[in-house]
Amino acid sequence: MKVILDTELKFEEHQKLKGKDSSKFAITTTDLSVHFGLKAAIKKINLKIRRNTVTSIIGPSGCGKSTLLRSLNLMHELTPRTKVTGTIKILDKDITEYDVINLRNKVGMVFQKPNPFPKMSIYENVISGYKLSGKNPSESFDDIVERCLIHSALWDEVKDRLNKPAISLSGGQQQRLCIARTIAINPEIILMDEPTSALDPLSTMKIEKLIHDFKNDYTIIIVTHNMQQAARVSDFTAFMFIGDLVEFDKTKKLFTVPTVKLTEEYITGKFG
Amino acid sequence: MKLDDIKFTDGNLQRRKILNRLMLSLCTIAAVLSVAPLLYVFFYTTFSGISALNIDFFTQLPKPVGETGGGMANSIIGTLILVTIGSLIGIPVGILSGIYVAEYSNNIFSNIIKFVTDVLSGIPSIIIGIFAYGVVVLTMGGFSALAGGFALGIIMIPTVTRTTEEMLKLVPVNLREASLALGVSRWKTSLKIVLKTASTGIITGILLSIARVAGETAPLLFTSFGNRFMSYSLTEPIDSMPVRIFNYAISPFEEWHKLAWAGAFILIFLIFILNLVVRFITRDKYSINN
Ligand SMILES: Nc1ncnc2c1ncn2[C@@H]1O[C@H](COP(=O)(O)OP(=O)(O)OP(=O)(O)O)[C@@H](O)[C@H]1O
Ligand SMILES: [Mg+2]
Repeated sequence: MKVILDTELKFEEHQKLKGKDSSKFAITTTDLSVHFGLKAAIKKINLKIRRNTVTSIIGPSGCGKSTLLRSLNLMHELTPRTKVTGTIKILDKDITEYDVINLRNKVGMVFQKPNPFPKMSIYENVISGYKLSGKNPSESFDDIVERCLIHSALWDEVKDRLNKPAISLSGGQQQRLCIARTIAINPEIILMDEPTSALDPLSTMKIEKLIHDFKNDYTIIIVTHNMQQAARVSDFTAFMFIGDLVEFDKTKKLFTVPTVKLTEEYITGKFG
Repeated sequence: MKLDDIKFTDGNLQRRKILNRLMLSLCTIAAVLSVAPLLYVFFYTTFSGISALNIDFFTQLPKPVGETGGGMANSIIGTLILVTIGSLIGIPVGILSGIYVAEYSNNIFSNIIKFVTDVLSGIPSIIIGIFAYGVVVLTMGGFSALAGGFALGIIMIPTVTRTTEEMLKLVPVNLREASLALGVSRWKTSLKIVLKTASTGIITGILLSIARVAGETAPLLFTSFGNRFMSYSLTEPIDSMPVRIFNYAISPFEEWHKLAWAGAFILIFLIFILNLVVRFITRDKYSINN
């Protein structure tokens, strides 16, 4: 019970600190379904995600975690024969009211495999969001690069070689560079699809620490196959199974006293 | 099959080694066979053409039959002009339609483009020449550099489209997604990420198509026609190296045969240089090795 109160308190604190508007929820989905052709990948998902919290999505492979995540920044637009139904509210506005570019400026994404732009330097990668779309930031590029690299805990490792190619970095460093690139455009929500599954334990730890520190500034949703990770980094956890949202609750509660039998079986390793 | 069933006996190993050596030699022979004609052509042209090469070849106009000497200055300039016009038409159209086909590959229109480019690339160049004759020469009322360049441009389009498309498809999806997820529009993503990543391959494709049209003869015969004099005008007939080489080669004069060899040599040499230049331009600035 104490844990639950903790989360509540933290949330209220953050709201006060940031002076944000009254809205508690960063993302609300209502009956969200995604079909690829005739096949339903996720079915009638109802999810409310609070601002400045970390939510993890867990579930066996193929249950639709990535599909759910990618519908939140309209990434499905690229896939042919994809049908998205239901409603999604992002920061109190219906997703259809956004211009897709504006939406993606607000909802950043970090991918499973580190994917820095290979023909750009470290420096250029951080500001690539501006450079590629031709937008002008309010601060100087130098400031952005320094701030975001410090924020993503990469600055000390790369400050002497900012003009080196990004692909000369290690996998873990590349992933932190991708995080820096994402926060450079000041998103409010960050979606992470198995951001550490390709990384070694040490890099994983660094990124988990980042996620923890990020809570003050961003709302984070992270897909993970690692239940310890979910337990470590998130305030809330959603458990999905074959396209359904089975259970969604405070992480501590879901991992200690799950209400649904299926959840219990999954987190105790009976299947999956 | 259990692991125990696999026997690593000496006999087996011996057989595999022999087979391996056999296949390797077959591959080597095939490789030599494919390079040999190229080397032969290169050296034979060099050998036959070099004696007719001198300053005059690059600075003089062709001399009438009977007079010795003379050069191909007008044909060299003419080929440069024709190839430039062709490139101005073929490269942008080819690249843009390549992007369209690769990036928006799921609609009927792009399938039509794909089909048409396939057909177009199989059409003999002389037919493209007839087409250019009908479209440009007849409407403009005479042979012209423009008509020749137009024909070359049409010939370039399918090659450039196809290489662009194939190179773009090689670019990993996750780079596109990275860019889109940053709020970069689809069009800018195609241009600044996908196209840039694929640029080396595309430039190579463009180069090959330039090299191909630089040596085209048939479509020029009734479009740019030929011109004994120096011409920089786009609306006049213009000379070109392949057409001049062709005319000289089928003539009965020994002197002209030599000039034709020299022309062929220069043509090959130009293509060779073009290749080197592009290799230099497209060397990877960010390869980890440098
Ligand atoms: N582009 C697509 N076209 C057709 N079917 C797809 C496509 N993408 C995903 N699917 C299907 O949708 C279902 C959910 O896929 P999704 O990628 O969301 O699973 P996931 O939970 O992220 O799995 P994993 O843990 O392996 O990443 C799967 O059955 C998959 O086969
Ligand atoms: Mg996934």
